[in-house]
Amino acid sequence: MVEFKNVTKIFNGPKGKVTALDKVSLSVQPGEFLAVCGPSGCGKTTLLLAAGGLMRPSNGQVNLDGSDPYGMSPEMRSKMRARMIGFVFQQFHLIPYLTVRQNILAPSLALPTKEADQRARELISRFGLDDRAGHVPAQISTGQRQRTALARALLNKPKIILADEPTGNLDERNANIVLGYLSQYVAEGGCALLVTHDTRTAAHSTRSLKMSQGRLLE
Amino acid sequence: MKIWHILTREILHRWRGFASGIFAVVIAVGSLTGALTLLKLHDLQTQKILNEKEEETEKKMAVLKDEMRKATLKLMFNLLILPKQQDIRDLHMKGYPSEYMPEEYVTRLANSGIIVVRHFLPSLQQRIKWPEKNRTITLIGTRGEVPNLHKDPRKPLVQPVLPGTIVLGYGLHYSLGLHTGDKVKLLGREFTVHKCHEERGSKDDYTAWIHLSQAQELLDKQGLINAILALECICEGVEDLLEKVREEIRRILPETQVIEMGTKAIARAEARAKVGQEAELAVERERRHRTQMRSEREFFAAVLVPLVIVACAVWIGLLAFNNVRDRKVEIGIQRAIGFRAGQIMFLFLSKFLIMGLLGGFLGIFAGLGLGRWLAIVLEDDMEGIATAGELFNPGLFLLCLITAPMLAVISGWLPTIFAIRQDPADVLREE
Repeated sequence: MVEFKNVTKIFNGPKGKVTALDKVSLSVQPGEFLAVCGPSGCGKTTLLLAAGGLMRPSNGQVNLDGSDPYGMSPEMRSKMRARMIGFVFQQFHLIPYLTVRQNILAPSLALPTKEADQRARELISRFGLDDRAGHVPAQISTGQRQRTALARALLNKPKIILADEPTGNLDERNANIVLGYLSQYVAEGGCALLVTHDTRTAAHSTRSLKMSQGRLLE
Repeated sequence: MKIWHILTREILHRWRGFASGIFAVVIAVGSLTGALTLLKLHDLQTQKILNEKEEETEKKMAVLKDEMRKATLKLMFNLLILPKQQDIRDLHMKGYPSEYMPEEYVTRLANSGIIVVRHFLPSLQQRIKWPEKNRTITLIGTRGEVPNLHKDPRKPLVQPVLPGTIVLGYGLHYSLGLHTGDKVKLLGREFTVHKCHEERGSKDDYTAWIHLSQAQELLDKQGLINAILALECICEGVEDLLEKVREEIRRILPETQVIEMGTKAIARAEARAKVGQEAELAVERERRHRTQMRSEREFFAAVLVPLVIVACAVWIGLLAFNNVRDRKVEIGIQRAIGFRAGQIMFLFLSKFLIMGLLGGFLGIFAGLGLGRWLAIVLEDDMEGIATAGELFNPGLFLLCLITAPMLAVISGWLPTIFAIRQDPADVLREE
């Protein structure tokens, strides 16, 4: 599903060049929940953004479902993201003025489908957000926010979930709920790439890798 | 969910910025429509003032014309019929004619059927020494008016001097201490003072009038006169009247000449024309003043309005940049979940379009109010000059509804481009 072949990403920082990814190669297949663990600044988020078609690598190749997203036009890349990828972030990144329901439905604007409303209702029910569907993010708890973010990521039935520290702002109970949902999604045939500095999260994954200074360690 | 939901929810969420943007458009459109309304009201006021002035002038001219008609009707033309051999220069130098003609000429004229003259006043004039009073005076003998028998009989314009009486000019009776009823001797003959004239400021002040027959006796000029005053010559047209009268009198009395005495009619006609010209000049002066005032206001508007519009455009641009900065993460996440650049652009530009439409709509009415208020402050009497409905210009309304959204969209264009060009990866990585 997602394949990295010798992917290198170099940034031009104020103190010279910084190698965020150093010849990274990996593969995540359907039914697989890969957790990449490492300290802050080791290149985890860069790995995730490169996988999501949001950051072109300096070298190497990224394949998403057999296609190179960076070989596509920006429009095609956007469509591909809407169709194939669901993002979950540590800061949730919900749109503050939309209700829970509208936030969950937001990806349907990028990929309109007839069943979007039905799917949103299902996800709201599944994630226990029925009584909060009409609330804006500021009116719900952090756990509910992350569940909303996860529901949004799942709306278009993506082939892969890319999660960046999804439990970083959650207590243990809510973290377990969110990771449980991710495991369930993988068990249903999806695949997930999760990056975290919390090694406990790795317990929910099917496979875990460590990352340090832009390199993957087995 | 439709993209409109995101648009409207965002507008409601950041309503202060949106309201501020609308306010900027209102100011821009309001300044334009305000300036145009002010100029329109200025034009209407100018028209009103000029109409009033013209109406006033017309009234004044009508009154003058009427007065002129009455005056000329009353005065008509006075002509002096003199013996043909009379030297006119000599007449003007001496102040009285020195040549003589038969008194019978008056009767001939009166019976001739002449139609342009109503009355004839024969006179015998001579500068004499008044030995009893040791004065030099002009003595005029007159017998009163001889009516034109072929015209409607009218009341005499000049009362005749009765035999045995004398009428004295102001300079004579005042200096000699004479009053009406006093007895006075002239060339050895006694006369009763019949009338003492008020001061006229002319040679009349040193003139004495007695009956023509007595004057002829005293001056030894029996049966002679040296002037006939033709009074109330009909005044149909000022230009060629004199020539017509001359021709007619010359036909009847070939041994005479005619000179004009009554210049008042011409003077009044000239005065009337002059008043008319003055009134027209006053209207013209007012028109020039109003035109200059309009030019000044036009110049002021031409400088101020673009400045205000540019300032408002910058204001909207800054608000848009601020909005983009606030929504940086939002845009990043939208791009991450698959929103296309066109959709992000639509969200921003639609907002500016709505801002422009609302601002334009409100700005037109604000401008109408502003222009009207300014006109009331700057102009004197704006009562009933134009209602708000009359000032409303559908063309301008349409123009503002088109240009105001354009202004807002153009102002927000750069920030929008900035928004869609920012790299979502940078934003998400930073967060």
